[in-house]
Order: sequence, then structure tokens, then C-alpha cells
Amino acid sequence: MTARIGVVTFPGSLDDRDTQRAIRVAGAEPVALWHKDKDLKQVDAVVLCGGFSYGDYLRAGAIARFSPVMDTVIDQAKAGLPVLGICNGFQILTEAHLLPGGMLGNDHLHFICRDQKLRVENADTAWTADYASGQEISIPLKNMDGRFVADARTLEELEAEGRVAFRYVVDGEANEGYGNPNGSLNDIAGITNAAGNVVGLMPHPEHAVEPLVGSGRTDGLPFFTSILKKLVSA
Amino acid sequence: MSKTPLDTVEHAAATPDVELPWAELGLKKDEYERVVEILGRRPTGAELAMYSVMWSEHCSYKSSKVHLRQFGEKAPENDAMLVGIGENAGVVDVGQGYAVTFKVESHNHPSYVEPYQGAATGVGGIVRDIIAMGARPVAVVDPLRFGAADHPDTKRVLPGVVAGIGGYGNCLGLPNIGGEVVFDACYQGNPLVNAGAIGVMRHEDIHLAKASGAGNKVILYGARTGGDGIGGASILASETFDDAKPSKRPAVQVGDPFQEKLLIECTLEAFAEKLVVGIQDLGAAGLSCATSELASNGSGGMRVTLDDVPLRDSTLSPEEILMSESQERMCAVVEPEKVDRFLEICEKWDVIATVIGEVTDGDRLEIFWHGGKIVDVDPRTVAHEGPVYERPYARPDWQDALQADGAEKLPRPVTAEELKDQVLKLVASPNQASKKWITQQYDHFVQGNTVLAQPEDSGMIRIDEESGLGVALATDGNGRYAKLDPYTGAQLALAEAYRNVATTGAKPLAVSDCLNFGSPEDPAVMWQFAEAIRGLADGCQQLGTPVTGGNVSLYNQTGEAAIHPTPVVAVLGVIDDVTRRTPVAFQEEGQLLYLLGDTREEFSGSAWSQVIHDHLGGLPPKVDLERERLLGEILISASRDGMVDSAHDLSDGGLIQAVVESALLGGKGARLVVPDGLDAFTFLFSESAGRAVVAVPRSEELRFTDMCGARGLPVTRIGVVDGDTVEVQGEFALPLAELREAHEGTIPALLA
Repeated sequence: MTARIGVVTFPGSLDDRDTQRAIRVAGAEPVALWHKDKDLKQVDAVVLCGGFSYGDYLRAGAIARFSPVMDTVIDQAKAGLPVLGICNGFQILTEAHLLPGGMLGNDHLHFICRDQKLRVENADTAWTADYASGQEISIPLKNMDGRFVADARTLEELEAEGRVAFRYVVDGEANEGYGNPNGSLNDIAGITNAAGNVVGLMPHPEHAVEPLVGSGRTDGLPFFTSILKKLVSA
Repeated sequence: MSKTPLDTVEHAAATPDVELPWAELGLKKDEYERVVEILGRRPTGAELAMYSVMWSEHCSYKSSKVHLRQFGEKAPENDAMLVGIGENAGVVDVGQGYAVTFKVESHNHPSYVEPYQGAATGVGGIVRDIIAMGARPVAVVDPLRFGAADHPDTKRVLPGVVAGIGGYGNCLGLPNIGGEVVFDACYQGNPLVNAGAIGVMRHEDIHLAKASGAGNKVILYGARTGGDGIGGASILASETFDDAKPSKRPAVQVGDPFQEKLLIECTLEAFAEKLVVGIQDLGAAGLSCATSELASNGSGGMRVTLDDVPLRDSTLSPEEILMSESQERMCAVVEPEKVDRFLEICEKWDVIATVIGEVTDGDRLEIFWHGGKIVDVDPRTVAHEGPVYERPYARPDWQDALQADGAEKLPRPVTAEELKDQVLKLVASPNQASKKWITQQYDHFVQGNTVLAQPEDSGMIRIDEESGLGVALATDGNGRYAKLDPYTGAQLALAEAYRNVATTGAKPLAVSDCLNFGSPEDPAVMWQFAEAIRGLADGCQQLGTPVTGGNVSLYNQTGEAAIHPTPVVAVLGVIDDVTRRTPVAFQEEGQLLYLLGDTREEFSGSAWSQVIHDHLGGLPPKVDLERERLLGEILISASRDGMVDSAHDLSDGGLIQAVVESALLGGKGARLVVPDGLDAFTFLFSESAGRAVVAVPRSEELRFTDMCGARGLPVTRIGVVDGDTVEVQGEFALPLAELREAHEGTIPALLA
């Protein structure tokens, strides 16, 4: 048996097909979900993918958070459904208060697209179990509003509870792909909720699942194999 | 224009003496007289609006048509061509049932006036052309040219253009895989913002812009119509900028990529359900263009009720509605029984769609407003039978003097130290420097099919996940060469793009072009234009790569000073299996470097002559298209059979530029030996065409050199991939770190 993983398409979603492909490459079955539809079609997990949902008008992710599909996603995530938010999906998760903090515009004020070095800080979540804690990976980053911010208490909590899932690798900053690309606090690239079922990050693992395309590496594939193993063994 | 009483056809016939503002709308006196003659009366205000935009240089190609015909007349036999010049974009067969459509267009003038929106809507327009053929857009490219890199206005224009391309393209989910960035003072007041796009479809999904079948409905869908871009085509693209006139900012359109993304998805869904008989995007000249072209290409006439057009601004006059260039709109012709389903799909995507008219069995385009008929024309006279000019042209009297002033006689570096110094200056010069600061503002990963993106020789996209079938696209142009000799310059652009496709392992198939020139009213410019087209048409015929379509941008000049003639050529190639593609970066130490082709003392128009001597004169490098074809065949065979691990074409900056790029991208140095018969300077800086550098694994050396030998391609061993310096033995060695700092530091220092 395999797992069924839903990918939500909002108006303005861009990486929905890529995410479906990544799920397929990992050996799971992708299921298309539609923003106007509350029905999650009994999927075992959900990915909120990258893009500019509803044009990112008002604020990235702010409108998507109120879509019919998100009503169900929010309820079920609280009940333990694994949810991964990538880029715009991460922004939606913070707007929905499934994850704390928020994203502001990059400190250099430009869109940035590059292969980004990340360190896996927490390999115990539903989406990161196939990584080793401390492992360095390289996956594409591409955004305009990627600067993670949170108040001091939230940051402390995230750090103390080990809920920073990924950090930008800043050592060796002069080299290609190293360094904090947007001014994120504590070099945070991604975080998890306390239960470890909801994970959000700005870089794009779905663009790093085949050796030939995207970043030319498969460093993003463990996101999808992690969840598959968890669901199949569950 | 008078609004009361309504200027209907009847009213126009009854009031022959009313003066209309034809001159303000950009029509010449004889053109206006021709409109009157065609109609047998004075035009209504609405008719005048339509004729003026459709007969503008931008829409009618009135100055260029007589020359562009050569692309058809000299078109080589090519079975791959499915749809040729004249449609929204050309379509070629790439095998396995797939067809690919691609095109390059200019958005030069709007991008100077308002860099962000001008560039953004340039991307929007070319993408709609691709959708209108029935294809899913899969990639964009952006050949750009700006004034001097250190000019203050470049710092206004370039960041805005780059942000606009990124802001729009990134939101559409289209990877940006190629293009160019060139600086030259000649583009100071006239930056060139060209935008190209590629789309993929199955053969059976090709759609055309024509309205046929009486009773079929005409549906306008997408954004509401507003007051932006009114007269943009006629006024902006067809006149030279003149400081004395008031600001033209209102004539630039404003883009909304989110709306365009919805338009793409909803159009493709309608295509998939076979709901569309004919389709046209609304670009330059808006509804005037879409209705007249659809009707003109179809078998019948068309009746449109303008009152039904959804408006953003309810005070717009009918003339303004017809001329508006509001973005993100399309027009579809749909059979009556399929209209409901079409509207349902639009509703699903929250796209406004309205039936605004229908196809008739007559041959007139009739448009109504408030119950009155305000347009009654033969659509062909609007869309296709505009004026055609045989503009006078003459070889400029300065051309001989320019060509006599060759760069070959300029002082060359004498010592090894001078040589090294000039290499550093070259790779750090704005034109030769890394453009990473620019390209990393574009998403090149989205859609998950990007195999190669800039700074590779060509962008490459996988189109079939199972078989690995892919397409490659390269765009090139060198205004300096074209200034020295427009005929040869156009062929050099073609040769370079062709070579760039072949170095990645793809087989060149077809050509699109964007021809950027000064004012056609200047006989010298017209000569450059005529020569460039002749060169390109001859070249395409010889290489067997037909021109499938393209775009002409004239009036790129400020006052008397025209830009360098700048034909930008895009070559599309196909590769059976993208895993065989060849990248630019050096892959493994110890691999052998071979130079393919002949190196001559050719420095006129070169990057060296520009960077070291600020010189432009002489004759550009010789073109040998048979040699280019042979080189291409060798590169493709070598990729396919795994004989080379990296390859880089040699063009501006010569061999040393190519080797430094391959070294920096691969993080591996090179040891070079100057071959017998060449001096170090010529070896490093010559820009002879028809050349490439390849890295060959030792195990493949014999097989590779035998293949070159057997087919008569000169092949010279010039060194080895090795170490962390680029060394020219007996001359100098430059550490990669120093080269990287020089090559990558320039653009951020100027623009960040």
C-alpha cells in the first residue's frame, strides 16, 4: 500500500505540478485538492505548495488562509494530519497560526533564486525523519518575502523546544549558496509545530528530487520519503 | 473626439466635413485619405481609432513588410514547420507528437518610459501569444540591452526592468532560462527589452486566430478594460522620443501577473475540452486588433456590441475601449452550444468572461454602441491591407570610413604582465562579467523541467518525463558587429545562437527574431535593416532553419542618433534525451581541452577592442555557415555519444572568456598551451566565428579526434582541466579566486 498526499491548488499556485511529481518520485500517490473545496478526499497528508496564492494581495498567504480548503486543513492539522508548507505554503501556515512568526520582504528587497545550503536542525518531524540531524543539504530557494520574523519570546521558545527545523548555513558565506539570503532571524529557514506534524520552510525541496533538473541534486527527496515511510508504517 | 451626438456610421456619412484628429493619432495625411477612400466616406471616431492603431508601424509592419517577405521566399524546406509567419507565433514539430511554439518580441519604448511595467507587460504579451497557439508556456528568456553600465540612468532603467521581468514571470510560474544583458552607450535613451517564450502542445492542440462559423460567439475574457495603454502602440512604438512633448507615461500599460496566471490555466482547460474554434490575445491595439484580425482571418464577418465589454472605468468612450491596451485579456470564438461550458470554466478560475458578439455570414466587421453602429468596415482593410512603404534606403556615407578603421592595427599587449592585465579587465568588464546578480532575480526552477539555464550556452527544458525529449533555446545578437556590417552581423547572430544550441547537444530546428533598429525614415537605418534581413534570410536558408515568426521594433533612436542595428536571433533546438545534454562547466580534472575551428586575427568589433581601446571599426569576423553546420553536427554527436563532458561556444571575449567561465562554473582551473602557429594574444582574444572549446575525457580522446578528422573539422589540443588557476603556459597564471572576484564583482558594484 502507498500513501495518498494531497496538494492544494489555490489561484496563483505555481509549484503544484512539481510537488505532485515529487510525491510520485518518492513513491506516494499525489491527490489534487482545490481551494474552493472543503473536502480533503481522505488524504493522509497535505502539502501547501509555492506560488502567489490570490496574487499575494494584502500580504503573502493572508487571503489563502481564509479559503474553504484551509478550514479543513486547519482543523485536521490540529488533530495530527501531517502538513508541509513550502514557501507560499509556509506563509499560509503562519497566517493560519498553525506555525508561529511570519515572513517579511527580503532585506535586500530583491527576488532571490539560488541553490541554498541548509542545515537540518530537527530530524524528528513527520517530514524530516529521513535526514540526519546536523546534515547539510542544498535545495533551491526562490522568493521575494522570505525573511522569517517572530517576537523574542516566540524565538526563544522555538529554539528551546528544538522547533527550528532548518537553518541557513552561514559559515563560508563567501561561497556559492552559503549565507543568510534574506535577513531571517536566527538564520531560520523552516520550523515545525510542537507535535512535529506541521512543518514549514521557505526553500523548495520539490525542485530537488531528480538528478537532472532543478538544482541537479536530490537533497529534497527525503521530505517526501520521510512522510511516506511514516504513513505506510503507521 | 466628439461624444454628442454619437458618431455613428450614419452620422459620419451625413457630416462629411467634420475634422478628425488623425494627425494626433499618428496617421499621415495620405494614410487618412486612404481610409476615406476605402470607406467611401469619412471614418467615424471609432473607425479612425481602429485604423490609426492597426496602421501604426508597430502593428502593420508598414516599413518592414517589403523586406520581411524574404523570410518566406527564402524559407528552406523543413518538414518540422507546422505553422509559419503570420500567426501569433510559429509552431514546429519536435517529434513524439509534440509541437513547440516560440517567439521573441520587443517592449523597448514602454520599458524606457516605465521600466518595471514596460518589462512586466512585455513578458505578459509574449506569454499570451504562446497560449493563443494552444500551448502551455514552459519557459521565458529575456535579451536585454542598456546604456553604459556606469551611466546614472542605467541604474534607473535596469533594476526596474529586471524587477519587472522577475515580478511578472516569477508570478506566472515560468522558469527564466536564458537571454542576454548587454551594455552600450548607443542604447542610452533606447534600452532594448526583448522577451521570448516557449510553449509546448500536442500536434492536435494547435489553435489559430480566426473567427469562422456564422453564429459562433465571440467571448472576451480576462481583465476588465480600463484606460491604460490607450494609443500605446501607435504613439509609443511608432514615434521617436522627443523631449519637447509631454510625458507619455499614461500610454504604458499596467500588468497583473496573477490575472494572467488565471488566464493561462482557464484557457488551457478550455482547450483541453475542445471548446475553442479560434482565439486571439489582446496585446497592442487591444480590441481593435483582436476583432479585426479574428474576422479578417476567418471566413465570415463579425458583429460586436461594445456596451457588453466589462469596464474598469465606466466613463471610457467607445474609441478608448477599442484602443485600450489593458493587459490580461483574450478573445475566443466558441460554438453556441459550448458557450455555457466555456463560461463555467472561466467562473471556476474567477475569470470574468462575456459574450460580446458573434460571427456573421457577411464580410463586414460591425461594432455597435448604445444601439448605434459606430464601425462598419472590411476587417481585411484594417488588419492586413494597411499601407506598405518602400522606404528609401542607402548605404550610409560613413560606412566605408568605419570599415577602414580596423581594430587589427590597435596596439596589442606586449609583455606577459600586460596580457594578464587585459584578461582581468576583459572578464571584469560589464558586458563580459557574470550576470548572476540579474539572473538570480528570476525563478529558473519552477515547473521542475529546467535542465539548463543561464549562464549556460542555451536554456534547456525537458518536455517529456518518460522519454527525456527536450528543447533548447538560445538568443544572441551583437549590435557592434551589425553596425560594422549589418548583413554579416545578422548572420553572426544567427551563427552564434545556432552554435549555442549545438554546444548543449541539441539539434537546431527553427528561428525567431526580434529586429531592433532606428528610424525607418532615415535611409541609412533602412539600409541597415534591409541588409540585416537579407543576411538573416540567406543564413537561415543555408542552415536549413526557417524563420517561424518574430517582431520588428523601429524608431529606437533619440534625436538623430540611432541605436546600433541590433537583430536578436533566437534558435530553437531539439534533443532526444536531455540526460545527454552538455553543460558549460568543467566537470573533472585531467580532462583534455580541445579547440574546434579556425582562429584568425579578427579583433574588429571585439570585446577586447571595446574594453581595452573603446574602439569600434573594421570588419566583423568572417562567417562560414557550412563550417557552423559541421561544428554543430560534431558537437551534437559528441554529446549524444558521451565524448565530451563540457562544451562552450566561443564568441564575444574569445577563447579566454569561455575558458574562464567554464572554470568558474565548474570550480576547476585549466592549463592552456598556445598552439603552434598562433601568438598568445590572438589565441586568447580573437573572436573568429565557428569555434567551441570542449573538455574530453581521456578515454574518449582518440574517438573524438578521429571523428573530427574524418569529417574535416580542425581540432587543436590546447590544454587540460587542472588546478585552481587559469594558466597560459609561459605567460601567466590567474587564481580562480581572483578571476571570480573580477568576474562576479562588477555588476553588483554598479547596480546593487
